[in-house]
Parts: sequence; structure tokens; C-alpha cells
Amino acid sequence: MSAISREDVVHLAHLAHIEMSDAELDKMTGELDAIVGAIASVSEVAASDVPATSHPIPLTNVLREDTVGQTLSIEEVLLNAPDSDSDRFKVPAILDGE
Amino acid sequence: MSNYTDELVDFDTALDRYDPVLGFEVHVELNTKTKMFSDAPNAFGDEPNTNVTPVDLGLPGVLPVVNKTAVEYSILIGLALNCQIAEKCGFARKNYFYPDTPKNFQTSQYDDPIAHDGWLDIELEDGEVFRVEIERAHMEEDAGKLTHMGGAAGRIQGADYSLVDYNRAGVPLVEIVTKPIVGAGKRAPELARAYVAAIREIVKNLGVSDAKMERGNVRCDANVSLMPKDADKFGTRTETKNVNSLRAVEHAVRFEIERHAAVLDSGAKIVQETRHWHEDTRSTTSGRPKSDADDYRYFPEPDLVPIVTTAEWVEELRSRLPEPPAERRKRLKAEWGYADKEFRDVVNAGVLDEIEATVAAGASAAVARKWWMGEIARLAKAADKEIADLGVTPQTIVELNSLIEGKKINDKIARQVLEFVIAGEGTPSEIVEKRGLAVVNDDDALGKAVDEAMAAMPDVVEKIKGGKMQAIGALMGPVMKATRGQADAGRVREIVMEKLGL
Repeated sequence: MSAISREDVVHLAHLAHIEMSDAELDKMTGELDAIVGAIASVSEVAASDVPATSHPIPLTNVLREDTVGQTLSIEEVLLNAPDSDSDRFKVPAILDGE
Repeated sequence: MSNYTDELVDFDTALDRYDPVLGFEVHVELNTKTKMFSDAPNAFGDEPNTNVTPVDLGLPGVLPVVNKTAVEYSILIGLALNCQIAEKCGFARKNYFYPDTPKNFQTSQYDDPIAHDGWLDIELEDGEVFRVEIERAHMEEDAGKLTHMGGAAGRIQGADYSLVDYNRAGVPLVEIVTKPIVGAGKRAPELARAYVAAIREIVKNLGVSDAKMERGNVRCDANVSLMPKDADKFGTRTETKNVNSLRAVEHAVRFEIERHAAVLDSGAKIVQETRHWHEDTRSTTSGRPKSDADDYRYFPEPDLVPIVTTAEWVEELRSRLPEPPAERRKRLKAEWGYADKEFRDVVNAGVLDEIEATVAAGASAAVARKWWMGEIARLAKAADKEIADLGVTPQTIVELNSLIEGKKINDKIARQVLEFVIAGEGTPSEIVEKRGLAVVNDDDALGKAVDEAMAAMPDVVEKIKGGKMQAIGALMGPVMKATRGQADAGRVREIVMEKLGL
């Protein structure tokens, strides 16, 4: 049984705001399923005494003192903005009301 | 069938049939000098997009680094809410698309918050105490600020476009989440208000937030559901977002109880959704239903390593905790011996600190209250300032009071002296000296002024002789005029009586 269905990919594409053609959806369903299957083999190897981990390097508490540093100039901030107005990013109307 | 009839059921009637269940998510903006994951300034009111670094813009290749002070403030909040502090916790990405979040995810905490399983006792005005269980308090970052242009009154509906300022993006937040609060019954709206007030007071007392609700330093999402009396399963809840004043929290909870009851009475179901609060109409309207949009696909933030809190670190922070506000109030009320209402008025006027300092400087609690709640409050109101911003020191009150007790000045003069102190003329003693305000109670000077007044008003003198003692008041004007208001009125009365042999 496939771990990833075509509906899953349609849903993910929607959440990620990515437009995908039917051909792309078919292709991605197969590829994602293969990836998930490959990852799943890890749990076959890892015994129950191995805790789930997200950070393989045993490093903790990388912290910064609360001291103000250098900020960008307004020109730098807006350099990549598709549009701006009054030193602010200008974005299209947001419709979903939240 | 529409679920939203806008019908309401009278509050008391609703509570006869249903039990409300509440839940709160309160966001507290920390007042660190810099942001949560970048060293950009955390400042309110600056020019747009001036407090921004590549990290805050989510530019490719940037690396966030956690602000140590923000972690410590979060632990302090956890401890003040009687929480367990996680020995190890981490950050997660909460993925969603919205222009106020340039990274397309908010860095937050997911299943391992830094603080969890606490409680807070909330005292209502009449002294009844509700224990609110705290589920968790976790660290995250604020979003940028959107301004909607082209529509009516800055509303998102009908706007042509929006402008984004990222100064607030990345400002440290602590989100405090309660467990479901049951059993408040008719006091649910009051409890809602008191809970948010208590959180605000605690973070202000800790010094970890400016705690100004009008600036959004403390923001509340209020969850409300109703269940029929004797039911054992919670009803469907709605979440009213961004209720940002204490009064609004109380009103929003009350409104949702009345609205839920009407929907349930009609046989319809409550839709689980967010609601928007409208201060002008004191009502809520439908936001968005819980849906795919809530599929945030949390995953561990790969760029931030876990936070480990040692017992030494936590205990060092615990030793920094100030006396909890509720305990302090209880102690001060007992020490000062104020009546319930007197004390409540003092708390509401926000002069607890001032009175405490004045008492510590040597005044009695009654004298301290008289000044701070009386003349100083009046002058602050007249000047449209906060009482604390008038520049009156506890020492001023102690000095004014000893001048009065030493009969150097009377109450009326003391009030004038206070105004001169506020105007920056010096200490009360200096002002009395410089302006020659000491009360005239030397009998020669007063006697002379009384003689003149009596000579000028023979008819008044006759009345007094005839037993009309209140006629003495008519002499007071000329005597006060002659002594430039500095006569001791009681002594003037005595002199008149002596002179007339009464």
C-alpha cells in the first residue's frame, strides 16, 4: 500500500501554495511515496530504546546576549520587494479575512 | 439552515440552562532589548521597517540565534504561573502563508513548551477565588504589522492593497494557554476579565513586559463553549480573537455565552470557528471555520538547537521572582488597615507603589492615602497625567504632613505648596520659607486684623453678641484678606470670642 496518495499531494500542494499540473501530481505522488518508504526503513533499524531525534549534533543552548546589533537600511530592506509604498512592503489585497 | 441568527438569549436565562466552559490564549510581548532570534531592536513606534535584519525578513541563508534574556523571561513567567519548567525543549516551525510573516512560518514551540502544568488563583472583586489551571506557556515570535489601504476605515474587507511593516516581526512572545475552565457559571465574564488582568499584572510585576494592552503587549484570544447543565461532555467552542482590553474580554465572553445559548436553543449546532470582536457594537462576527488552514505542518526547527534548563539556572531565576501581586496586596491591605472599598479604590487608582513608598518614608497609611487619593489625584486629572508622572515624591508628602502637624501651615496652604512643588519650586519647607506661607497665628497680628474687621462691620458684631455664632464667618473674609489667607481660622474664632467676652 502506498504511504502517499495523490489526494495527499493535492492537499500538500494547496497548503504550500504550489500550482501543479496533473502530470506533475502523478509524478510527485510516486516520488514522495518512494522517499517516505526510504525514511520508513530507519524505524526498522532503530530499536525502541532510540529516542526520536531532530538534531543529530549533541549541541544545546546556543544563545545570544540581548544586545542590539546592526539593522538594514530602508533601501536594503525594500531591495527585493516587488512593490512598496511609504517605506513599507506593498502586497495585494488579502481576502481570507484573518 | 443558518447557524447565525444573531439571536441572543438573556445572560441569566442562558446560565440557567447551560454551563459555560472557558479557555484563554494570552500572548505577552516581552520587553527585551532585541528580538527573539535576531539582534534587531525590539522597540515600539519607530519608523516602518527600520528595526529589521535579514533574519527578520527570512532572507535565504540566514541563521536565527535565540535571545538568552527572552528564554529567561519565559522561564520567569512559567515560574510565576506555578509551572513546571521543561528540562529540555525546542523550537518548531508553524507553516502558513500570510504577508505579515515573511518566512512563511512562525518559529514557535510545539509539543515541548518551556513551561507547563501550572495554576493561578484568580480573586474576584468580592474575594471569591477561582483556580485557573495553566496548560502551557511557550516561546514564539510576533508577526509584522499590516495596514489595509483603500477600504473603509482600514478594514481588511474591501481593501485595495495592504502595507507591511516588519518592525514587530520577530519580537519575543510568550503564549500562555489555560486548561478548560469549568464551574465559573454566571461569573464567567468577570473571571475572564480578572484572569487577563492577573496575567497582565504578573508580567508587569516581573518586569518582563511593558504590559500595555492598548499597544498590544498583552493580547487575548477567548474560547467559549456551553454545555447543558449536568452534561459531562464539553460543547463546541468558538475562539474570539484579539480581544484587547479588559472590558472587551468581559463583554466578548458574555456575548458569546448569550449567542451560543440562542443557537443551541434553536436546535442548531455551534460551528467551531474563530470570531472577530467588534468594540463598537459589542458583538462578534464569524471569522473563518477551522479547516485546512489549520494544518500548520509543524516540524522541528532545524536551525535552532534545543534549550536545556539546569536546576541551578531555574533556581537562580526563581530567586529573582518578586512577591506575587496578589500576595502583596493582601499584605499591604492588612498592614495599612484600609477598608475593602478604600483599598480597592487605591488599587484601581494605581497608587499602591506610591502609598507604600510614602508609608516607608514615615507617613501614616491614612495620611498617605489622603494625599495620593485626594489632592494629587485631582491635580493629575486636571493636568491629564498619570499620578505617577506628576513628580510628587513620598518625601514631599512626609514633609507637607509634618509642616501641617507642626501647625506651620494649614491644609489649604499645604495644597498650594504641593502645586508649587509640582511646578518645580523646591521642597515644601523651602517653598513655605521663600514665599512666606507660614500660617499667621501670632496673636498680635491676628488681633489687629480682627479689630479692623470688627470696626468695619458693627452690624455683624451685634449679631454675634446676640448669639449668632455663625456670623463670625463674615469676619473671616477681611481677616484672611489682611493676612493673605494665612490666618489660622480656629484661632481667629477664639480671638473674636475673647474680644467680645463670649
